[in-house]
Amino acid sequence: MSLHELGVRQAAEGLAEKKFSSVELTQAVIDRVREKDSEIGAYLTFDEEGALASAKAADEARAARNDLPLLGVPVAIKDLINVKGQPCTCASKMLKGYTSPYDATVIKNLKAAGAVCAGRVNMDEFAMGSSTENSGLGVTRNPYDLSRVPGGSSGGSAAAVGGNLAIAAFGTDTGGSIRQPASFCNIVGLKPSYGRVSRFGVTAFASSLDQVGPMTKSVDDAAMLLQVLAGHDEMDGTTPKDPVPDYMKAMEGASMKGVKIGLPKEYYDVSGLDPEVKRITDEAIRSCEAAGAELVEVSLPHTEYAMAVYYIIAPAEASANLARFDGVRYGHRSERSDDVFNLYARSRAEGFGPEVKRRIIMGTYVLSSGYYDAYYGRASKVRTLIRRDFEEVFKKVDTLLTPVAPTPAFKIGEVQDPLTMYLNDLFTIPGSLAGNCSMSIPAGFAQSGDVKLPVGVQFICDAYREDSLLRIGKAFEGLSGK
Amino acid sequence: MANQTIDVGYVAELARLELTDEEKSVFQGQLEDIVKYVEKISSVNVDGIEPTMHGRAIVNAFREDTVRPSLDREAALANAPRRTENEFYLPKIVEGAES
Repeated sequence: MSLHELGVRQAAEGLAEKKFSSVELTQAVIDRVREKDSEIGAYLTFDEEGALASAKAADEARAARNDLPLLGVPVAIKDLINVKGQPCTCASKMLKGYTSPYDATVIKNLKAAGAVCAGRVNMDEFAMGSSTENSGLGVTRNPYDLSRVPGGSSGGSAAAVGGNLAIAAFGTDTGGSIRQPASFCNIVGLKPSYGRVSRFGVTAFASSLDQVGPMTKSVDDAAMLLQVLAGHDEMDGTTPKDPVPDYMKAMEGASMKGVKIGLPKEYYDVSGLDPEVKRITDEAIRSCEAAGAELVEVSLPHTEYAMAVYYIIAPAEASANLARFDGVRYGHRSERSDDVFNLYARSRAEGFGPEVKRRIIMGTYVLSSGYYDAYYGRASKVRTLIRRDFEEVFKKVDTLLTPVAPTPAFKIGEVQDPLTMYLNDLFTIPGSLAGNCSMSIPAGFAQSGDVKLPVGVQFICDAYREDSLLRIGKAFEGLSGK
Repeated sequence: MANQTIDVGYVAELARLELTDEEKSVFQGQLEDIVKYVEKISSVNVDGIEPTMHGRAIVNAFREDTVRPSLDREAALANAPRRTENEFYLPKIVEGAES
């Protein structure tokens, strides 16, 4: 196995056993990126010198101590998480040329654990999209079929890991942006519960939903990275002081025996569910049952409203969050800023791409005078009903097993209508609204003409039960022989 | 729920977003479809239901009120599109004032 193919756990163990150095490992990733990324386009920028310098420092630190969990492990960062001294463009022309003046809390945690921040990966502009086609800075292709999208919005992260152009990557998930690209690129994508991981230093999209999470080659890797990310941060008031379990320990002896798996009927009774996705999901269900899991049909009755609730709440919050891009303190400023209105309106017109503009307008509309109660207010109440649906089913089952997205990766340019694109997140959005944790795990390959396209399944667990999610995920991973 | 359609030109102005005529016409149609789609929530009975404003509600997340270093001025100004030595440079905002 070549070094760039390693996952986090294998890399960390190899480094600890001094089978190879961090410089060798990081160089292997760099070589792989040089060789392959011209066709895949996962990375926006890669500071090779900086990464190698951090790797060298990690190798030197190794002589003094061997107890840092990620010492010398290079990881790719979605281009909306601030790493001091690196660009942070959010894949937007608005932030071209921006250099982060500080580290996000997740980056501080990663650096403290010894990780090397190596490369910044593409995404849909400001994390708005499901295909990475909304990037204002470049095209990312699916490593399994270069004519197809990698998913989104964390499409660069998924393509980098799926194509072995990274050991692991970090993404963010607001309505499915970790899980859907993970499914499209044959990797594990974990969306932690709301508040489990700090967002300080992560460019905000929809603040009542955003979470940072690991995108990895295995469930073990996801656990190792979550361990480093999770916990209270006084710079993010949504992170509770609840203790963080030992996730690797939680996975010891993982088995499907006696696990109660809920199958929400609303997720299986959907028009537009691709027959191959249905087949793979059905096979996943059967293999869990054969391994001793108990299947329970459950109902989440308000599922059909989740998309509508999300496409009110997320744009509303986005329109408020993106008000900071005004051409004053950072980001693009229009040459035609002759007065203050034009400074704002023209800088934003020139800096933002179409999807971001659409969502700002949608969000401003649903928050505007006379409409707030009917849209944002009402959506927030329906959100309560969606949350209660999950609370009820988690009294009966340990986890839910569902498809991740209705289809495998689609062709670049195939989906033109925004509303059709939004439907990609049909199965991931309800859990985001409820704030629970979920994970996409590779489950099989869909046959599409001559190509085989990866398809994942989603496990959803109750909020702050990442220990249970990882344990079940680990057991599932063993079943599918990955 | 409102039966009027969204007026994209007006809302874009509220959002401080200049649109071309072409953008206005494309967004008008797309956003009418999206607004129509989200109106399905009007049929849900939400009488007596409390709103959910966060994935997990935390009340009064305080931290110690202590003085701590923040970004120094040079770091804060480093990404400014236009600046003076110690300030962000802006077009005139108040009528009659010096630029």
